[in-house]
Amino acid sequence: MSGRKIGDVILDLQNISLRFGGVKALTDISFNVREHEVRAIIGPNGAGKSSMLNVINGVYHPQEGRIVFHGEERRKMEPHKAAKQGIARTFQNIALFKGMSVLDNIMTGRITKMHASFLEQAIHFGRARREELEHRHKVEEVIDFLEIQHIRKTPVGRLPYGLQKRVELARALAAEPTMLLLDEPMAGMNVEEKQDMCRFILDVNDQFGTTIVLIEHDMGVVMDISDRVVVLDYGKKIGDGTPDEVRNNPEVISAYLGVAH
Amino acid sequence: MLYREAGQFKTSYAADQQIFPIRQDRIGILIILAIAFFAVPMLFSEYWLKAILIPFLIFSLAALGLNILTGYAGQLSLGSAAFMAVGAFASYNFMLRVDGMPILLAFIGGGLAAAAVGIAFGLPSLRIKGFYLAVATLAAQFFIVWLLTKVGWFSNYSSSGVITAQDMEILGYRFVTPEAKYLLVLAIVVVLALLAKNMVRSSVGRAWMAVRDMDVAAEVIGIRIMHTKLLAFAVSSFYCGVAGALYAFAYIGTVEPEGFSLDLSFKILFMIIIGGVGSISGAFLGAAFIVLLPIALDVIVQQWLAGVLPPSVSSNLQLIVFGGLIIFFLIVEPHGLARLWQIGKEKLRLWPFPH
Ligand SMILES: Nc1ncnc2c1ncn2[C@@H]1O[C@H](COP(=O)(O)OP(=O)(O)OP(=O)(O)O)[C@@H](O)[C@H]1O
Ligand SMILES: [Mg+2]
Repeated sequence: MSGRKIGDVILDLQNISLRFGGVKALTDISFNVREHEVRAIIGPNGAGKSSMLNVINGVYHPQEGRIVFHGEERRKMEPHKAAKQGIARTFQNIALFKGMSVLDNIMTGRITKMHASFLEQAIHFGRARREELEHRHKVEEVIDFLEIQHIRKTPVGRLPYGLQKRVELARALAAEPTMLLLDEPMAGMNVEEKQDMCRFILDVNDQFGTTIVLIEHDMGVVMDISDRVVVLDYGKKIGDGTPDEVRNNPEVISAYLGVAH
Repeated sequence: MLYREAGQFKTSYAADQQIFPIRQDRIGILIILAIAFFAVPMLFSEYWLKAILIPFLIFSLAALGLNILTGYAGQLSLGSAAFMAVGAFASYNFMLRVDGMPILLAFIGGGLAAAAVGIAFGLPSLRIKGFYLAVATLAAQFFIVWLLTKVGWFSNYSSSGVITAQDMEILGYRFVTPEAKYLLVLAIVVVLALLAKNMVRSSVGRAWMAVRDMDVAAEVIGIRIMHTKLLAFAVSSFYCGVAGALYAFAYIGTVEPEGFSLDLSFKILFMIIIGGVGSISGAFLGAAFIVLLPIALDVIVQQWLAGVLPPSVSSNLQLIVFGGLIIFFLIVEPHGLARLWQIGKEKLRLWPFPH
């Protein structure tokens, strides 16, 4: 791929197990993510892919295992702490703030970087006023980057599905994350929208060096854009390696690629 | 305020982020304020100021408080009247027990006391939502009124907890005439409304709406849910508390805890449903509507329908109309009058060429 250099391991997941009552969503899963890489997680429906992302940024707390992020070791993350440490994400089912405009949704993405006190905000003076402007500039950069200038002021609820997905990406990018978790960013899109989304993801990775962990069902896309792929099936890891390695792994072929996709 | 904002292109983000970005809105607000401060006290009779405009402003403030909590932060509450009671009784006690207490400080103290109580009763919101939270705030409503009646200290041991608000005096000027009281209430409400408008267009307001719309995503973005919800309870209760203090000091003078009953909580809830959930102007529209509707209905019944309607109907007409309107707004236009007004403006802007 491009000139970006894949760095050291920044996220290491060790022996993660997650259960919901009797349902074993994840069983003893270990893998790592290197700085600046595009890491894909694939697997059939219900394999535990979304659960894995939820463990990474602390929405779910695994019963067993360890998470090491930037050298810091812990059993579980807390979502707002993960955000502070530079992890942003999008959701499989769009999770935009539907009562707010596109601009406000994206501005909300910068919330961890805004420090004006509540009283300063109430009188809209000094730091509060300055911050709103500074962050608006940043947000406009993201808006330009994702080419959504024309819908800035639109309530997100009125947007078509493909654009909503793009706004959700914008909200995540506004946080200037070092690691971006994308849960099926291209699901339900037409070919053209998928191509746009692919281009944006690669541009983010390329221009900002953002590490990307991505779940995707479209095998063509996965093989094209990812550096390494983890394959899950029934909550277990059955493959891990470069797209080529994974493609030729017999267990993966029978479990996943074998079924019509 | 019907106009088109054609030709107003923003050349900087600062211009786009003003409190009222459209020039006509700014002018409109200034005109309304000028009328409210200068024309109204001269044009309206004492009766109107005392019996209609002052309560309208006070209810607007309470509705604004509830709208911050319910409309912006998405936490349903049936305890608004109880928080008003806390504000009224706390301000009364500050005046009573602190020598030389300035009245404005007593109002702020009343608001802060209500905020503290609001935070305490907001704690269940960290665990429960929607209907169950409404029931928890209902408990607050009954408990607070009961406590204020039961513990004599709050009302300085008067019978059945009645308090008589002290005189309002600022820098030697005593607010006794309806005009003076109206202007004092108006000034307080305008300042608090502007502060609220600033809050909802800043990051705290976005955090409230984010928690309302999608709490998991809000948390993942880095919003601390607990902090955000409790802040909404605090600010909301502060506004209700100040409204309660004004209700006692500037409106009825003598109140008992029972005056802040569940009925009043519901009335405030109806105001935001009719006026517009999640809108500052909606609080004012809703309060105006609910204060004026009974008067308008009385006039209609007496002037045109006298003898036409059976007395059983005309005496319940208010309730019937309220019920109908609330069902209408809940089903047809959940964003209330504020949204209808906006739609009307959009339609007129295109008129007469709808395409
Ligand atoms: N919050 C939850 N409560 C109970 N069970 C859950 C929860 N979240 C996930 N599961 C279960 O965990 C298993 C893995 O689900 P997960 O959503 O992670 O799969 P997935 O690989 O993302 O599937 P898909 O491709 O359909 O999105 C499923 O059996 C699911 O029912
Ligand atoms: Mg999934």
